[in-house]
Amino acid sequence: MSEFWNEYGSLLLNNTGVTLYMVLVSTLLAYIIGIPLGIGLVLTAPGGMKPNAVIYNVLDVTVNIVRSIPFLILLILIMPFTKLLVGKTYGANATIVPLVVSAAPFIARMVESSLLEVGHGVIEAAQSMGASSFTIVYKVMIPEARTSLIVGATIALATILGYSAMAGTVGGGGLGDVAIQYGYYRYQTGVMIITVVLLVALVQIMQAAGMKLGKALDHRISK
Amino acid sequence: MSIIDKDEILDSIIHIDHLSKTFSSKDHTVEALSDISLDIGKGDIFGIIGMSGAGKSTLVRCLNFLEKPSSGDVIVKGRSMSHLSPKELRLQRHDIAMIFQSFNLLQQRNVLDNVCFPLEITGVPKKQARLKATRLLAEVGLGDKLKSYPSQLSGGQQQRVAIARALANDPSILLCDEATSALDPKTTGEVLQLLKEINEKHGITIVIITHAMSVVTQICNRVAIIDNGRLAESGKVQEVFSNPRSEAGMRLVLSAGGSTAERVPGEHLIRIAFTSNSSYEPVVANMVLKFGSPVNIMRADTRDIGGIARGQMVLQLPDDEELRANMKKYLIERGLEVQDLSSMKDFEDNYEEN
Repeated sequence: MSEFWNEYGSLLLNNTGVTLYMVLVSTLLAYIIGIPLGIGLVLTAPGGMKPNAVIYNVLDVTVNIVRSIPFLILLILIMPFTKLLVGKTYGANATIVPLVVSAAPFIARMVESSLLEVGHGVIEAAQSMGASSFTIVYKVMIPEARTSLIVGATIALATILGYSAMAGTVGGGGLGDVAIQYGYYRYQTGVMIITVVLLVALVQIMQAAGMKLGKALDHRISK
Repeated sequence: MSIIDKDEILDSIIHIDHLSKTFSSKDHTVEALSDISLDIGKGDIFGIIGMSGAGKSTLVRCLNFLEKPSSGDVIVKGRSMSHLSPKELRLQRHDIAMIFQSFNLLQQRNVLDNVCFPLEITGVPKKQARLKATRLLAEVGLGDKLKSYPSQLSGGQQQRVAIARALANDPSILLCDEATSALDPKTTGEVLQLLKEINEKHGITIVIITHAMSVVTQICNRVAIIDNGRLAESGKVQEVFSNPRSEAGMRLVLSAGGSTAERVPGEHLIRIAFTSNSSYEPVVANMVLKFGSPVNIMRADTRDIGGIARGQMVLQLPDDEELRANMKKYLIERGLEVQDLSSMKDFEDNYEEN
């Protein structure tokens, strides 16, 4: 057992770090793109605060197209773009590019549905006070949808973690890469199992932390 | 048919000018409001009453342009709402506050921060905003709940927070959209009392949308009755109550008895309304003695309207036509308002709620 750790311990630890790096950076970047997209969808939708059929349809269709491309195919499809951006098509930084492209529209949809959960009445009340659409978005919709947004982020993190492991098949770095290189090509079942355990543990931790945070910040249920 | 208020409103703060609103979808259009003209005087507590679906909630939303009228205009303090730019409209809305049936508080903010919200919109410095919010919350009786969240409060308390929030920017007008409909009768009374105090203390004009005549009789000085998207009648509450001139008015007045307006069956029905000075004389008893013929009292109640007791009765008169005419004459001579309810049957059939 200690022999196993001597041989693979640092490899697993390092790659857990790489996975976390990829997942967190990708999620952050995907949110930077996804939040405005989600807000745009809510505002410009028919019956929204700034209905605009053209913008809404462009956003809606783009999001749907990107979401319907399977991650592994998207990853290969945008390789020229990835190379342009980071100079190579393998490794952690190169994996971040398709992760962001793939996750942003998915996040946009989650942000959209979270914001739509905010009651019409509260928004109408803010309008009656003379609040601008901008104020309503950042002072009413986002804070009121806080818990739902955090739960959404938890789901996004777990999904992106799964995608990042998939990127291992093409040299994406991180735990997925380890599982492929050692577990699959070299028949190291032990390494394979440990990577799976680590991936499961990461999802569990993220899920538990996200739920707890979401609940702690929610004032709708009296405590 | 609309019967316009005859007595002049001297100082009109809201002038509704031939306002119509139609909602159209792909298949059909619905005319929610049709050619409504109305004046609401400064300092009034003005009730707009109607059955559900009558269009009154649409009307109140046209007053602050949450709904844009399809035609016609709303003039607030001499300014035409339809000629305002989006920015001017937002500024105007600081002067026209609104409270709602479902309170519409921000669930993720505590009570104090909820009241601070409109002050954030108008850019009041935080410290000053908190002071003002604290003062307003004390005024509505929630000085000890500053740090509570809406979910921890009762409906009545939440509406008080909404009222404090509405007052934050010192508006001239407060619109209340079914503000007490979600509350029990006792809490309703308390919230109405609070609104009355606010009207007196701050001189704010209050417009109350309601389907309950009891709300109107309790605090309003003027009332407009909306029926099927049209203005049925408007006037001083005492006058409308004593002498409703429209069928919708009559329907509402008869429902004002409180509990439930049971269907009044039978023929030869009249409604009599007592004025302040006629209540002392036992008019009905004297009439029965004089004519030697009994009448059937179908229902009777008394309302306190602006501090004056107003009674109403529905009587069923004898079959003899001449006797009936004499009885009516007798009642009118005693200074009572008398109305035939011969048309009662027609609207009884549609008369189910409240």
